[in-house]
Amino acid sequence: MARIGVFVCHCGLNIAGVVDVKKVAEELIKEKDVVYATTYTYMCSDPGQNLIREKIKEHKLDGVVIAACSPSMHEETFRNATRDLINPYKVEIANIREQCSWVHESKDATEKAIKITKALVEKVRGNDELEPIKIDVEKKALVIGGGIAGIQASLDIADAGYEVILVEKEPSIGGRMAQLSETFPTLDCSQCILTPKMVLAARHPNIKLLTYSEVTGIDGYVGNFKVTIKKKPRYIDVDKCTACGDCEDACIVVVPNEFDFGRKPRKAIYIPFPQAVPAAYVIDEQSCLGVAPLRCGECAKVCEANAIDYDMQPEYIEEKVGAIVVATGYDLYDKNNLVEYGYGEDPDIITSLEFERMLSAGGPTQGKIIKPSNGKEAKKIVFIQCAGSRDKNHKPYCSSICCMYTAKHALLFKHHVEDGEAYVFYIDIRATGKNYEEFIARVMEEERINYIRGKPAKIYRQGDKIIVEGVDTLLGKSVKIEADLVVLALAVVPSQDAKKLARLLKVATDEHGFFKEAHPKLRPVEAVTRGIFFTGCCQSPKDIPSSVAQASAAASKVIAMFSHDKLEKEPIVAVFGDACTGCRTCFYICPFNAIQLDSKGKAYNIEALCEGCGVCVAACPVGNIRLPNFDDEQIKKMVEVILE
Amino acid sequence: MSFEPKIVAFLCNWCAYAGADLAGVSRLKYPANIIPIKVLCSGRIDPEFILHAFRNGADGVLVGGCHPGDCHYIKGNYYARRRILLTKKLLKEMGINERRLRLEWVSATEGRKFATVVSQFVEEIRQLGPLEARK
Repeated sequence: MARIGVFVCHCGLNIAGVVDVKKVAEELIKEKDVVYATTYTYMCSDPGQNLIREKIKEHKLDGVVIAACSPSMHEETFRNATRDLINPYKVEIANIREQCSWVHESKDATEKAIKITKALVEKVRGNDELEPIKIDVEKKALVIGGGIAGIQASLDIADAGYEVILVEKEPSIGGRMAQLSETFPTLDCSQCILTPKMVLAARHPNIKLLTYSEVTGIDGYVGNFKVTIKKKPRYIDVDKCTACGDCEDACIVVVPNEFDFGRKPRKAIYIPFPQAVPAAYVIDEQSCLGVAPLRCGECAKVCEANAIDYDMQPEYIEEKVGAIVVATGYDLYDKNNLVEYGYGEDPDIITSLEFERMLSAGGPTQGKIIKPSNGKEAKKIVFIQCAGSRDKNHKPYCSSICCMYTAKHALLFKHHVEDGEAYVFYIDIRATGKNYEEFIARVMEEERINYIRGKPAKIYRQGDKIIVEGVDTLLGKSVKIEADLVVLALAVVPSQDAKKLARLLKVATDEHGFFKEAHPKLRPVEAVTRGIFFTGCCQSPKDIPSSVAQASAAASKVIAMFSHDKLEKEPIVAVFGDACTGCRTCFYICPFNAIQLDSKGKAYNIEALCEGCGVCVAACPVGNIRLPNFDDEQIKKMVEVILE
Repeated sequence: MSFEPKIVAFLCNWCAYAGADLAGVSRLKYPANIIPIKVLCSGRIDPEFILHAFRNGADGVLVGGCHPGDCHYIKGNYYARRRILLTKKLLKEMGINERRLRLEWVSATEGRKFATVVSQFVEEIRQLGPLEARK
């Protein structure tokens, strides 16, 4: 037998001015199991809260209904005020203000207030006494991707005193930022601001750096992820390698260098770029003769540090982590998709990242701007923005960074080639960051770059030149430019491996393959799946300041999680019985991947992941799933009393 | 005596229930024929609840959820939409006018929409008259 107390609030005249509160109390005391009912001017006031406390003790109440304002106002207040006397889930609010006295006339309102309160008495009667679910949390984070976003997130988490495993698929961390020449709008040298951070990350006592490695398996849930990381054989002992470069001189295999998009040669044993972290060589097993059955062994002969080991095998590392930060970055839209701009067929039409390398003092041309077709200096360049972005035939979205880096490219080009001419085709100029608009204005006005509003219609080669034809839509005139070099600001797309990773993580991506955040405005760095966070361009195209800010945001979420020994969560979660037939209906529809199948194919729930929406409860054909405090029988009873 | 419809409203916690609260805060008057039951998500609503309401004397049932794309639980409202469509078919089979069941998307900022929807729905049920086909 339940013992329920009903407390009807006057809320001054807000409720009592319309609803006959006395009558509500009189009607409710007649209800089964209601052993006490009263009214009071302001239930939320101190005397009001004390009144409830006193009556709980006096009447040994095991359920309380407070008929007052919306639960969004004071549910928390009342539950906290009585927490030591009664389970919070046995305290419910009947909303007779917002959904009754404020919207109805007197007589109707009283009738309705009685029904609403009776329904909540039914609810309290059926409510379970619940305790918050406690989840163990492994205070170690996995960061996937070692670009600026991943580095920043790792440093922030590590500085807070927690262990971080930073996994990077390439032989060095640094990511795209390491490839850039200078950064807008301040024109700091990208390497100069990035490399100290790379070194900090590598030396940090709390960061375990795993380069040339990939995540191959992820299991578990928030606080308790089990991850498998494959460490690809580097054939070099990183600790022994002094990066002296003797091996490189001895190596006889020459292949194009990925870091410079094949515009510079490298050896089969190489270091991706001089400032690489870790500062160690790596053997590319595809082109090396030494690891192939036919052994060349030239590099090992000259390596004084004895760092080379041809017999190195892939290593699989298992780690338990509490949180995962995804920072897999971006690629450029595939050049081959833009046949209208002739890429792939003409060497003098290049991508924006290739141009970055060309601008870089450490790049394939040592900062000289050349025509790749003949190696001569390029005097006239056409930059094409939105190459694949804001185009329904390619990518409909704005890639967000191209306006700014194209302006930077044009400016740097003018600094490199003083008598050069630069043309920029654009749709709109989007310069919304701090000091961005000023930078654009400077480029347009001081550097005398020709901005042409419009998209080129036709690009083709004529002898030594690339002809770009288009329309200047502001002047309404057609333009024809004979260029030495054309630079395409290609759309930013998610990194190739993002899809595979999304599958491993069981998280959603949007239609373009960017990771989908839990809420576009209020939870921009969290995945829907608890314990997984996104930062940088893997979530959407963004510039360096935004990536860094988002990385720190993700890190602070992780740190907040790790500041507790146990995670607490709302205990209203789906509860499975033993009647499961293994139909998998719930398994497929759960929005949170909280439902798993055991070895017999029967469904069960991972409480840590369940959000309590109840979608599965309504879907289970055999009624094997219940949602405490929103139980079938409870809701039906509420329906019945409402309709009495 | 004129006919006063009895209507049960299942409202999701995050959008429709909050929209109903906003109607209150904005003091928008609407008929008292509707009694709300809060659920966490419109996807929790079992067609059985709706049938149970009709069986027990409801003349109409309103289901309120988040707008497509806004569901707090990502896609619970899409499941609700499908289930309501099927339930409407079922009602038709049973000889109950399918207009007695209504699904509406009401966001937390749409207090006015909530009041309008309720007023219109009550009027519509009033026109349809009491549900007689009950056992």
